[in-house]
Amino acid sequence: MAKTIEEINEKIRNGTAVVLNAEEIIGYVGENGVKKAARDIDVVTTATFGPMCSSGAFFNFGHSDPPIRMTKVWLNDVPAYAGIAAVDAYLGATELSESLTNYGGAHVIQDLVEKKPVKLKAISYGTDCYPRREINTFINLESINQAYLFNPRNAYQNYAAAVNSSNKTIFTYMGKLMPNLGNITYSTSSQISPLLNDPYLRTIGIGTRIFLAGAEGYVAWQGTQHNPCRERLSNGTPNGAAGTIAVIGDLKKMNSRYLKAAVFYRYGVSLYVGIGIPIPVLDEEMIDFLKVRDEDILTHIFDYSVQRRNKPSYGTVNYKQLRSGSLILKGKKIPTGSLSSYQMALEIADILKEKIKCKKFFLTNMVAPLPADERQNVLNGLTENEL
Amino acid sequence: MVTKRFVLTFPERIVTKPITYRLVKDFDLQFNILKAEITAEIEGKILIEIKGEKLKLEQGIDFLLKEGITIQDASRDIIVDRQQCINCGMCPSLCPTQALTMDSKKHELIFDKYKCILCGFCENSCPVNAIRLKI
Repeated sequence: MAKTIEEINEKIRNGTAVVLNAEEIIGYVGENGVKKAARDIDVVTTATFGPMCSSGAFFNFGHSDPPIRMTKVWLNDVPAYAGIAAVDAYLGATELSESLTNYGGAHVIQDLVEKKPVKLKAISYGTDCYPRREINTFINLESINQAYLFNPRNAYQNYAAAVNSSNKTIFTYMGKLMPNLGNITYSTSSQISPLLNDPYLRTIGIGTRIFLAGAEGYVAWQGTQHNPCRERLSNGTPNGAAGTIAVIGDLKKMNSRYLKAAVFYRYGVSLYVGIGIPIPVLDEEMIDFLKVRDEDILTHIFDYSVQRRNKPSYGTVNYKQLRSGSLILKGKKIPTGSLSSYQMALEIADILKEKIKCKKFFLTNMVAPLPADERQNVLNGLTENEL
Repeated sequence: MVTKRFVLTFPERIVTKPITYRLVKDFDLQFNILKAEITAEIEGKILIEIKGEKLKLEQGIDFLLKEGITIQDASRDIIVDRQQCINCGMCPSLCPTQALTMDSKKHELIFDKYKCILCGFCENSCPVNAIRLKI
């Protein structure tokens, strides 16, 4: 008995849609079975709240008088990319301030969302139509035209766990890794993570409406490094970093509780992004995917002290082990830590659930699916003839 | 009997003086040194747990102050900013005494200051700067 998105939306409109979060569906299927769950449940909400470096925002500042064609732009001394139209710019989350340490693009984005004033500096060479050569002013989220988050790669479908076998502490994008296998870090909301609950992306595609940092956003494209061909378990989940999505949404409607700047000591700046995706229960196959538990999802533990593209693996573990606080590796009990916040992800999944129940959020049919066969290339140092 | 935890800072001129010995001999106090270091400024710093009768402990502390030692209440030296904390669960993996743990039901950070030995491993590990440590 298959359902369509239109039928589910009709139920949402009537107030009869049954919505669970991705944690609740596990218990429901355990008690009632797949068939009944597929009949009874209409939508399952999934979410993630983790550091997502591949994030940033587009701005249009409006024109000054006399006008300027901005060639270089700084926001609170953080350089933004201005190689587009006159007063457009893109600010990357990981871009660092030229004057402050522990401050970067992510902090500017958070400051803007928190309605704080931000210093704008722009320079130019001056043209006949844009004579101005410099501007120093202040902006806030209200004073500028468009401000939208456009993140080229978010919501990774699974990710590696990290460990350090060397004899000194290392500082990585996976956090502080203590020497001699002193700790293991990982980063996913695992059993409630969007792309792990729809592993073949049957319902998540271009145009899918999502919760993005407190606002409504959309899946714009496959994310960079989208790698659906990763080895998978029989439940469809990949055993490492696989699918990704590019997302877009109105920064002016976002909430900094779900969009938070982060500093990874001796690594750099990143941005915690909160993403929630509702998954329609179209049929029993969707329930088979949605019932996935932490113990059903594996990842490799990689040795981050090896400073190469391919790091040696200590084998796979499941997320129940990782989330338990410690696991045994090489005969040693090693504490585990997460970079992604399960608590915040659950909060987002619940907010989305309530929005759907209150008829404030409707599901979408995708406009086009994301590619299912894209492979990842590597970068080699080549001459033109070797390419 | 009471147990208290302090960070004692010894200035350079008394670093070589046998101070803790006097705590035992004169005030009948038990102590456990959890951490000790000599800083670049040639100050001595120790994290110490002292146990004894309330009055004797107070007298012992007076003695330490008279000797020129700076005393800080160690249980106040780690600050977990609950407003900033996002409950990611990174810091518990760095904590050797399990003073920082995750509540497995609520998925929230729990900080037990009495287990904390101020080792500093969690310092700089917090991506949203919610943990600050001062010793």
